[in-house]
Amino acid sequence: MSVLTDTTSRSATISVLVENEAGVLARVIGLFSGRGYNIDSLTVAPVEDGHHRSRINIVTSGTSMIIEQIKAQLDRLVPVHRLADLTKDGPHIAREMALIKIITSTSEKRTEALRMANAFNARVVDATVESFVFELTGGTEKMDAFVELMRPLGLAEISRTGIVAIARGTRVI
Amino acid sequence: MTQETERSSNQETTLQSGAEILLRALKEQGVDLVFGFPGGSVLPIYDALYQQNAIRHILVRHEQAAVHAAEGYARSTGKVGVVLVTSGPGATNAVTGLVDALLDSVPVVCLTGQVPTHLIGNDAFQEADTTGITRPATKHNYLVKKTENLARIIHEAFYVARSGRPGPVVVDLPKDVLIGNATYTPPPPADTPHRSYRPHTEPDAALIARAIAILKAAKRPLIYSGGGVVNAGFAACEALGRFVQKTGIPCTNTLMGLGSFPATDPHFLGMVGMHGTYEANLAMHGCDVMVALGARFDDRVTGRINAFSPDSTKIQIDIDPSSINKNVAVDLPIIADAGRALAALLAAWDADPQTQDRNALAAWWRQIDTWRSIDCLRFKQSQERGAVIKPQYAIQRLYELAQQDGRDVYYTTEVGQHQMWAAQFFKLNRSHHWITSGGLGTMGFGLPAAMGVQLAHPDALVVDIAGDGSILMNIQEMATLAQYRLPVKVFILNNQYLGMVRQWQELLHGSRYSETHSEALPDFVKLADSFHGVGLRAASVDQLDDVIRAMLASDRAVIADIAVEQEENCFPMIPSGAAHNEMLLGPEHEQHAAGITDEGLVLV
Repeated sequence: MSVLTDTTSRSATISVLVENEAGVLARVIGLFSGRGYNIDSLTVAPVEDGHHRSRINIVTSGTSMIIEQIKAQLDRLVPVHRLADLTKDGPHIAREMALIKIITSTSEKRTEALRMANAFNARVVDATVESFVFELTGGTEKMDAFVELMRPLGLAEISRTGIVAIARGTRVI
Repeated sequence: MTQETERSSNQETTLQSGAEILLRALKEQGVDLVFGFPGGSVLPIYDALYQQNAIRHILVRHEQAAVHAAEGYARSTGKVGVVLVTSGPGATNAVTGLVDALLDSVPVVCLTGQVPTHLIGNDAFQEADTTGITRPATKHNYLVKKTENLARIIHEAFYVARSGRPGPVVVDLPKDVLIGNATYTPPPPADTPHRSYRPHTEPDAALIARAIAILKAAKRPLIYSGGGVVNAGFAACEALGRFVQKTGIPCTNTLMGLGSFPATDPHFLGMVGMHGTYEANLAMHGCDVMVALGARFDDRVTGRINAFSPDSTKIQIDIDPSSINKNVAVDLPIIADAGRALAALLAAWDADPQTQDRNALAAWWRQIDTWRSIDCLRFKQSQERGAVIKPQYAIQRLYELAQQDGRDVYYTTEVGQHQMWAAQFFKLNRSHHWITSGGLGTMGFGLPAAMGVQLAHPDALVVDIAGDGSILMNIQEMATLAQYRLPVKVFILNNQYLGMVRQWQELLHGSRYSETHSEALPDFVKLADSFHGVGLRAASVDQLDDVIRAMLASDRAVIADIAVEQEENCFPMIPSGAAHNEMLLGPEHEQHAAGITDEGLVLV
């Protein structure tokens, strides 16, 4: 009947607007580790008020009860201004950026990598005779798909930002 | 901002040292007492303390005790308790007290010294990452990096500690910040909202109306109230009493809520939970509407969660949204201060046109009375000369004789069997007079807490109910009692065991008493004497009353060492992993504990 009896797990993208003070990120991360919640992705950067406020985007997963607990626990932290459960509240956009390095001197592989990069709208941001660095933005699935395609083509290193997210339409945090 | 404060804040141009600013901010926050222990990094504060008289410093003998004393002060007055400790070990010693205050929602501001800012991170002498260590141990913490921010942060720390669900706040103070100069910042006017922390305290009227409609239609209603009502203040406890009188609904308290509703009132069912009364636990199990008021469905209360009060509609009123739907699914959550919610409930009850189902309520009371007639707290005390004292009897006689004393009586406890017996047998009629470590279960809490209570209420009778195990955990505070001439009474139920652990070993681990026998106990009479107090001992039932009377009559700190039945168990008991209706009532039920499942055994 209720949140407590529902045992199906869901993913939730939660955005939190926090006072940009020392230790605030440690406070949020400590909350997750201390209470045994999952963090699938976490991003943080100052966003407004002359760097006085930061936005933390967290992708987590759990039963509805756990997700509601996570939100309540986050909301009672003193430096937290507001939070939004983007997954629950309605349609939203979630994007991340990746820098992906492939190392290969085989010309077919280099051509194929460039062709794929073009198909995925990935930009070449660095190139040598035996390497490329691609810059790619998009949703997590697109990132994963591109990484898989690059694997046989000499994939050497991946650097990803994690999810930043925002609600569609006029809704704001 | 009023014109007057605006003018005074604008006019403030005098430079003061950080230490002076700190004391001025404390004074302005109404602080008259600080519990602390000096050290290198807080020397500037101690120097400033030396040169003033407005704030009294109480020198404890261990920093953990400073926090518990501040908790005793806070919980018996409703004010914020203040602690002052040095960096490194001073701060780490305070951590247990901070977590205790966190779990029991006690407003405490703990000022910790820190190495100068330029040495932070250098593994300097007596350096510890205090904000890192105390982050999960506090409601919030601060590291002050500039003297000009100090006053503002102190004011904010008090606001955070006492607002919403109260809790401990640490302010870490590097030594250069205390020595540096700045102008003073007065506290913001009371109506200035905090930039991010604004707890919701006013109940939603529509939800209150729904709660009243559910309660009036209820056939077997129950109020389950906890420490949140005590934290909401004296007026909230008084409103709880009026609500119960008006509605005739039975009321049970959690360990933390004891005293918030008069225990001698016939509507009171006793404490609920693992060692709660038969009638309270069966009423929790059998009710059709439950109002949880400032209570958080702790595992000590609920027992096996999937068997907890299976047929009830649950209304929960709590100031902390994270307490809702944490352990138990609630049908009607109301986020509010318990006192404001009770005022709204009282008004809405009269405004609601529906009539209460009084016939059903009368039948419910008849059912409760049959449970009561079991007399679950009964025990047999032989009155023969030389007979061994039952711990329950010692507690009962202490309560009865203290009642006759005439003074206002405050009780603190340590943690274990003695604590549960005290919770069962004291008929606490007044809030803020029962100070025990609930959530964290901190042995060694009671003596320093009693110290704080006695300082806040110099003319009151303050008794620490202790066990022979717990009392040794902060026994050094006997010296503090002596220094400040605090006539705290320590009443030790001495069974020469860590009794509660021994009881679990008996019931769940085949009576293998692993490390629970108290070997080499001190002579508590001599110990009291060496700490400039009075030591008394009762070895048999015929000596008990005389010892209690002598203890109450003394104007000094007293340790009364009461030798009690060594293997007495605390009943009723809901074994771990069992439901409320699977309670063990006494030794005759003990064999049922053997049926505890592995799943139950995992629980503590």
